[in-house]
Amino acid sequence: MNAIHPTPRPADRVNADEAKAVRGIVTQFGSDRGRLMDIVLAVQRRFGHVGDVAVRTIATSLGIHAVEVNETVSFYAFLDRAAKGRNRVRLSKTPVSFLKGAEAVAAAFEQALGLSMGDTSDDGAFTLEWTSDIGWADQEPAALVNGLVLTELTPADVPSIIARLRQAPDLAGPPPSKVRSSLVQSGPLLSVLQARAAGLRAALALTPDAVIETITASKLRGRGGAGFPTGMKWRLTRKASGAEHYIACNADEGEPGTFKDRVLLAEFSDLVFDGITIAGYALGARQGLLYLRGEYAYLWDDLQRGLEARRDQGLLGASVGGKAGFDFDIRIQLGAGAYVCGEESSLLESLEGKRGSPRDRPPFPTERGYLGQPTAIDNVETLVCAARIMEEGAAWFAGFGTRDSTGTKLVCVSGDCERPGVYEMAFGITINELLDVVGAPDAQYVQFSGPSGQAVAPKDFGRRIAYEDLSTGGSTMIFGPHRDVLATALQFSEFFVDESCGWCAPCRVGATLLKQGMEKIVAGRASLADVRATEALADTVVRTSRCGLGQTAPNPILTTMRSFPELYEARLSAAEFEPRLMLDDALREAAEIRGLAHTKVDA
Amino acid sequence: MGAEIFSITVDGVEVQAASGQTILEACDVAGVYIPRLCRHPDLPTTGTCRICTCKVNGRSAAACVTPAAARMVVENETPALTADRRVLIEMLFVEGNHPCPYCVASGDCELQALGYRLGMTAPTQPYQWPGLKVDATHPDIYLDRDRCILCARCIEASRMQDGKTVFGFEGRGIAMRLSVDAAGGLGETQIAAIDKAAHVCPVACIVIKRSSYRVPNGERRFDKAPIGSDIEARRARPGR
Repeated sequence: MNAIHPTPRPADRVNADEAKAVRGIVTQFGSDRGRLMDIVLAVQRRFGHVGDVAVRTIATSLGIHAVEVNETVSFYAFLDRAAKGRNRVRLSKTPVSFLKGAEAVAAAFEQALGLSMGDTSDDGAFTLEWTSDIGWADQEPAALVNGLVLTELTPADVPSIIARLRQAPDLAGPPPSKVRSSLVQSGPLLSVLQARAAGLRAALALTPDAVIETITASKLRGRGGAGFPTGMKWRLTRKASGAEHYIACNADEGEPGTFKDRVLLAEFSDLVFDGITIAGYALGARQGLLYLRGEYAYLWDDLQRGLEARRDQGLLGASVGGKAGFDFDIRIQLGAGAYVCGEESSLLESLEGKRGSPRDRPPFPTERGYLGQPTAIDNVETLVCAARIMEEGAAWFAGFGTRDSTGTKLVCVSGDCERPGVYEMAFGITINELLDVVGAPDAQYVQFSGPSGQAVAPKDFGRRIAYEDLSTGGSTMIFGPHRDVLATALQFSEFFVDESCGWCAPCRVGATLLKQGMEKIVAGRASLADVRATEALADTVVRTSRCGLGQTAPNPILTTMRSFPELYEARLSAAEFEPRLMLDDALREAAEIRGLAHTKVDA
Repeated sequence: MGAEIFSITVDGVEVQAASGQTILEACDVAGVYIPRLCRHPDLPTTGTCRICTCKVNGRSAAACVTPAAARMVVENETPALTADRRVLIEMLFVEGNHPCPYCVASGDCELQALGYRLGMTAPTQPYQWPGLKVDATHPDIYLDRDRCILCARCIEASRMQDGKTVFGFEGRGIAMRLSVDAAGGLGETQIAAIDKAAHVCPVACIVIKRSSYRVPNGERRFDKAPIGSDIEARRARPGR
């Protein structure tokens, strides 16, 4: 390309080839900056990372700056700026995976590969790492190996997995796994299903306003946990003015201990698509979006086939279901490993190809959402409920549950119990009743609605699962009598450190300081003043954080303090003041230099 | 536009506000100071620091991003809110490295000035010691990331006012950093010392070389009057 080097050096040629391929990928997505997530995911799949050449090429092709591409790429756990191993072994790191033996599995991988967690082998064959909950809490220890799921792993499984990966890096063929369906008990929502699209056809026979009235009459509320009335959300979105209206289905099921949306997407995808399409009709939308968490990428092909089948049957595309004037289709957006994207405004940012940092509200997404247009964002389960309500009627739905919490809830049970899995339960059931059903007679406590929810002690097991009492997104992690409550709270605190987006100071710094405060408490080195300071810090983080992640990040600490004050008391140091600085640790490096390793330094 | 004028109450004082104004904007005009750090009057609001968190009708909300509405009741300078703000300032102090006594920005630093105004003595939280490298590749500007409080002012200024997009964020959570639009550092970017982005840093992260001590210590902005005094002065002169 220039006269001085008529023959390009090999590295230049490789770079030129990579740049050409990247340009092709950008073109494939219409050179649309809004599709940056798809572009960088495709580059990651093709090259194993999104390196400097790719970042520069993407930036040039899209007419933006490299620093902007880097903002997005560097945000997501499943996107790498530097090359990693050809085989990616990601073990699910949660308190539940740990109590099922994930640490022993990790140790087996470490030993077999001669690597530590987080490292890449010298030959570039393997990267071994922890990842946040992958949505299989009922079958832990679980791992994502090159994107595919392995469950109920034992150290004995490890050699054969590695051998298989060395032979066929893409894990061709069905993986050697024990994966089974997670659905243990279905109720009215998920049994006695009619023909495909029955709900959609019923909706299309009505006006959009009448659909919203039906949903409102059913008193359906959001199943993600916040419980916003769905009918009201749809009405607000429909009434908001905008050139386009959108329905976004939130399938970024990242709350540790939750896996119901995975079951719905894997086994009831037609109901999900029905719900999205019904919402689209009600809102006056022409496009639906399904934001699928990166951990569920293995569902991609099946979901795309499902959409294709619906297009063939006239259930998507022009004049959906024969309804003139209702043109509608669904695009699936894959995520890339970021819990915060389950927060609805972060999800919108990610849908637009940006970092998943939340937006300030107002304006609410119902007024200004995806691409600045009115957008309703609904949980997968909510949309399934909507589809079934249109099929069976509002009165049928309102006949289940309680007065303020109609219908049923998909409860995801994991941890110390005999029968983990997804249970469809009518609202109003008590924790005690649930524990009976799943076989957990001696539960010490239940982490209810995930780490962002609350630690529920036995004295509260008589409380009911309902919006008016214990509200939940579904995660129900059970911990038996021999488990360490405070150590578990510390693990949940670490989760929020890993998943904070970093945008606002209280969550970014506060999550780390809370974890450090909790470490001191768990180590038995905290004075009463330390515990009080940690509690005060937690309260500040709750009050000042920008979004739901930060506002709930202190919950593992605050709710265990409320439910188990005696456990905190038992760990208190008698000293009035315990220094944070550990003299031995602080002087270790100096001691080693002087050849005094293992010498205890007396304070 | 014909903005609607209405009143809100801030710590019992009636403040006039117009539709489209945030609580913070209305209070600034009225001479009621709400402490803030990331917000810069010439730049779009980023809402990263949350120092301006108030109680609005009993609920916590950041005043810089919350639109004023008729009959709003706002609490601003209460002991509880001041304590929260002090904790947030402390967080930023321990997240980075802020040695005020020998820092070039001392007296001009908004973080330091807020520490004084909010009554912070020494941080009670553990220092995180980021240990980041100084970027001195640019002939006229250096970047000391240990001082960065991730306010996003420079990002907005570079993007919106300079049209250069020199800055961005990298990574997430506690590992989030300010990054620049070139692999080789600031010297390879388009930034110039006269750019807006080089003059909006509230601390001593983005520093113009060879200019730091033109105004001696003791004669700088916040050596003379506490941060927020300029806003409060408006209230003392009701004619404005």
